[in-house]
Amino acid sequence: MSALWSLLRRDLLLALRRPSEVLTVVFFFVVVAALFPLAVGPERATLRMLAPGVLWVGALLASLLALNRLFEADHRDGTLEQMLLSGTPLTLLVVAKIAAHWVLCGLPLVLLAPLLGVLFDLSGDALGVLALSLLIGTPVLSCIGAIGAALTLGLRGGGVLLALLVLPLFVPVLVFGAGAVEALAAGLGSEAHLSILMALLLLSGLFSPWACAQALRIALE
Amino acid sequence: MRWESWAAFWHMGGYALYVWGSVGMSFALLGVESWWARRERVRTLAWLRAEQAAHAHDSAGAQP
Amino acid sequence: MRRIAWTHYAAPQTFYGLAGVCWKPLALLALALALAGMWVGFMVAPTDAQQGEGYRIIFVHVPVSWMSMIIYLAMAFWGVVCLVFRARLAGMLSQALAPTGALFAFLSLWTGALWGKPMWGAWWVWDARLTSELILFFLYIGFIALTSAIQDPRRADRAGALVAIVGAVNVPIIYFSVKWWNTLHQGASVSLTRAPSMAQTMLWGMLLMALACWVYTLAIVLYRTRSLILQRERHADWVAQLPEVNPGVRP
Repeated sequence: MSALWSLLRRDLLLALRRPSEVLTVVFFFVVVAALFPLAVGPERATLRMLAPGVLWVGALLASLLALNRLFEADHRDGTLEQMLLSGTPLTLLVVAKIAAHWVLCGLPLVLLAPLLGVLFDLSGDALGVLALSLLIGTPVLSCIGAIGAALTLGLRGGGVLLALLVLPLFVPVLVFGAGAVEALAAGLGSEAHLSILMALLLLSGLFSPWACAQALRIALE
Repeated sequence: MRWESWAAFWHMGGYALYVWGSVGMSFALLGVESWWARRERVRTLAWLRAEQAAHAHDSAGAQP
Repeated sequence: MRRIAWTHYAAPQTFYGLAGVCWKPLALLALALALAGMWVGFMVAPTDAQQGEGYRIIFVHVPVSWMSMIIYLAMAFWGVVCLVFRARLAGMLSQALAPTGALFAFLSLWTGALWGKPMWGAWWVWDARLTSELILFFLYIGFIALTSAIQDPRRADRAGALVAIVGAVNVPIIYFSVKWWNTLHQGASVSLTRAPSMAQTMLWGMLLMALACWVYTLAIVLYRTRSLILQRERHADWVAQLPEVNPGVRP
């Protein structure tokens, strides 16, 4: 357990010293949210209708940007192999890496989304559901994305390949995440969508770290 | 026979483009796939034969 | 099932021989089944009351859709065998299956669009089934791209196996998504437990075409695996002794 915490702390500290990665993710999200109204026009009803989808896709693509480098730095300086050889279960270490990724790249999106939602004239309730759906959904993206990052470790064209591998798997999260906000707007209530998102989180939380550890072993052996 | 004439068969009640577009593309692509698989085998065998010839040449040349 | 038989054919050398014997009769069988299916579908089956002659696309669309899903499950199965038993052949079978699966997925989308245009008025509708088929197509492309990008065959096999298994978790969601969404798509009218809601002859046509696609897949995968075996095992003695590689050897 202490290995988990120390790895998590280490990753967070490293990211704090080189904040460019986190800033890239945040900046991308803001830019997407800002550009869309410029592209589709200022009509409030249209923006309110598009908002859940636009913001969710923005968050999804922003998470994808940082996934590439999840294991890259550690792989390059040999730390990853040390982790593989150490006595600590690789699955536990992977959990730490995924958690760090989420804190650095997912959590900022969750916190920013309500602010950006205001740009789209979303109601208070909708902002709440949006933030909640992202809160549940972005860890799922980190979990699934980590598997892709491990599989494409060290490959040429890694970024595009990672996106290709991982985007089909992201679709259920996107559908239920954006759908939760849309369901609220349609008066149907978002509980069903959020419940399914929770189920996806539980499924990916249990399955992904192990799968990611296997992928790392495949990539490094 | 279900169709009054061959013309009626090809016409497919007005849906000719869609029905024959589907059937045609399917057979065409499966044909291309078969051809491609055959080509792959032919190239693999040619490459293996060339490698073996080069190997035999090398070992023959190695003898004093 | 004698255990000996399985492990015997798990060796690339013996599988090569087995596949060499089997693929041609399978290919001919596939052709015969396809002709029979086309006959039943286009000559025997009646006109549909609502969709006229246009419905006959289902004799191609449904079989290729089924196969695109079945092949992915087969890839995932061989992926499990590859990871658990570390069998080289399992990895090769997975990679041999992928192009055919991708092809069927593409055909499913193509025939689906050609069916949708006259029936629903649009070339593409974002209903659950079609969208899921599109996602499946991307899963295939991802598998092929990843296995092509990795140089080491062992790593490629195992990485592909993991991708196939993780993707396969998606396949049930794809299949049952019709129940979770309001869609335009016809509910599955053929199931093993319910009586189908279409004429007997239509059902027979579809099943014959589906069998034809399945047997075709077997034939082409066996054929393709032979080439893969030759490439992977090129340094082995038995490859050098094959009559097709070494013309001097008496067969």
